[in-house]
Amino acid sequence: MDAIQKSLLEQVADLHEVPEGAYNIRANGQKAARNTTAHIDIVTKQDKDGIDIIIQPGTKNESVHIPVVLSQSGLQETVYNDFFIGDDCDVTIVAGCGIHNCGVQNSEHSGVHTFHVGKNARVRYVERHYGEGDGSGENIMNPTTVVEMDEGSYMEMETTQIKGVDSTVRTTKARLGPAATLIIKEKVMTHGKQLAKSDFTVELDGEGCHTNVISRSVARGQSRQIFLARINGNAPCYGHSECDAIIMDEGVVSAIPEVTANCLDAQLVHEAAIGKIAGEQLTKLMTLGLTEKEAEEQIVNGFLK
Amino acid sequence: MLELQHISFGVEQDGADKNILRDINLTIKERFVALTGPNGGGKSTLAKVIAGILTPTEGKILLDGEDITGLGVTERARKGISFAFQQPVRFKGLTVKDLITLASGKPIGVPEACDYLSEVGLCAKDYIDREVDASLSGGELKRIEIATIMARGTSLSVFDEPEAGIDLWSFSNLIHVFEHLHEKINGSILIISHQERILEIADRIVVLAEGRVQQDGPGGEILPALLGGTPGVCTALTDKVR
Repeated sequence: MDAIQKSLLEQVADLHEVPEGAYNIRANGQKAARNTTAHIDIVTKQDKDGIDIIIQPGTKNESVHIPVVLSQSGLQETVYNDFFIGDDCDVTIVAGCGIHNCGVQNSEHSGVHTFHVGKNARVRYVERHYGEGDGSGENIMNPTTVVEMDEGSYMEMETTQIKGVDSTVRTTKARLGPAATLIIKEKVMTHGKQLAKSDFTVELDGEGCHTNVISRSVARGQSRQIFLARINGNAPCYGHSECDAIIMDEGVVSAIPEVTANCLDAQLVHEAAIGKIAGEQLTKLMTLGLTEKEAEEQIVNGFLK
Repeated sequence: MLELQHISFGVEQDGADKNILRDINLTIKERFVALTGPNGGGKSTLAKVIAGILTPTEGKILLDGEDITGLGVTERARKGISFAFQQPVRFKGLTVKDLITLASGKPIGVPEACDYLSEVGLCAKDYIDREVDASLSGGELKRIEIATIMARGTSLSVFDEPEAGIDLWSFSNLIHVFEHLHEKINGSILIISHQERILEIADRIVVLAEGRVQQDGPGGEILPALLGGTPGVCTALTDKVR
């Protein structure tokens, strides 16, 4: 891997060198490195581009890193990654995509990640998106995440897109079994003329299942964001979605909640708050000696931390 | 030393000019000055004028001899003015440690954060990583606000009604913080308060009513007179309060 790819890898996966545990690093559409462990197997798909990640039941405290980096302008790819997480596992999965586009053509990565989470398994899934490059070609990422959760399983999904992604449509579909819990934490910052759309659909099918979809975002410049959270309560369950957004400059944010209770014992809540930074917050930090610009930076950084 | 020379502040209300501060002249060089008076008398407005949040319509403000009338909030803060809000501001995502670090203007470690927080009766261990958001009570926020002012340690610290928004029990625990505050802050403290116990520890008391300084003198002289009735406050009310 070259220096640009290594720096992208640092941005999306905090990786300075090869990670511990299982990993699969994909660079410019090719497998750059792979490691499997006694409990985690990674197999290249035969019918389409992508990999199967198979985690044996009972695997504890192990991690899988599957970062993707693109530094060749104009590369467009769709990759299918399927995760099979066995019963009673406790694992961390780190995915991410970094694009460096210094050309005129659009670079595009669409990752379709499907998770089969076994009974009583716990998964922490971290996904980061980052773009850079001074070419006029756009950096486009359209991730799709499909989650199937068995009884008693728990998944925490953290997705972050802070910089340099011109256009993104993030689609997440989840189906929860009995007593399953899905927590989604999304952080988005857009600038320039970027567009970011998040489209979440959570089917609360099992008795006693629970979801919390939380989005914190900042739209600066002339960027636009759309947050769509659809939660269907099909059993006695609890669902909550929350969109908290700061708009700056000419940024635009839409929050579109849709909660449907198909069961009398479904409890569903949606909250949304969109607005500019409160004047008194700026004033408070200015009384500590910060300039207005520094105060703004502190507030935004804290908000997205 | 802070000097206010002929400070006036007016706003337009329902098409008419309303004077909130009228020709205020004050020099503050004592260790601990309390500013009191009836609600609506102009106290908070005066504090905001000092901090640079409001610009006076007339008059001059000097800090240690330097004219700071034309300076904004940031510049005045850097020159040595601190301001504790009556309603401390909440921030989603900023932690107590972040705020104290910003206040002190340099990276601080846990021991220093602990030093400031323990002064206001908070255990650093429980608080430094907490977000300064709606999860904190009014009393906790007030204490953190005071800790940030201590961390700044500037030549003038202005507190706008530290007792507002906290229950009496929490406030009586805060009194001793103010009793020792000047030992921590090597500068003047100007505190807006209605609390007798705060007024008792003031070196000097200034009474502001209807936008004017009505009384000004050593705490020992002003306080007994105040307890006997404040100009502008009806006696029926003060009798009830007492």
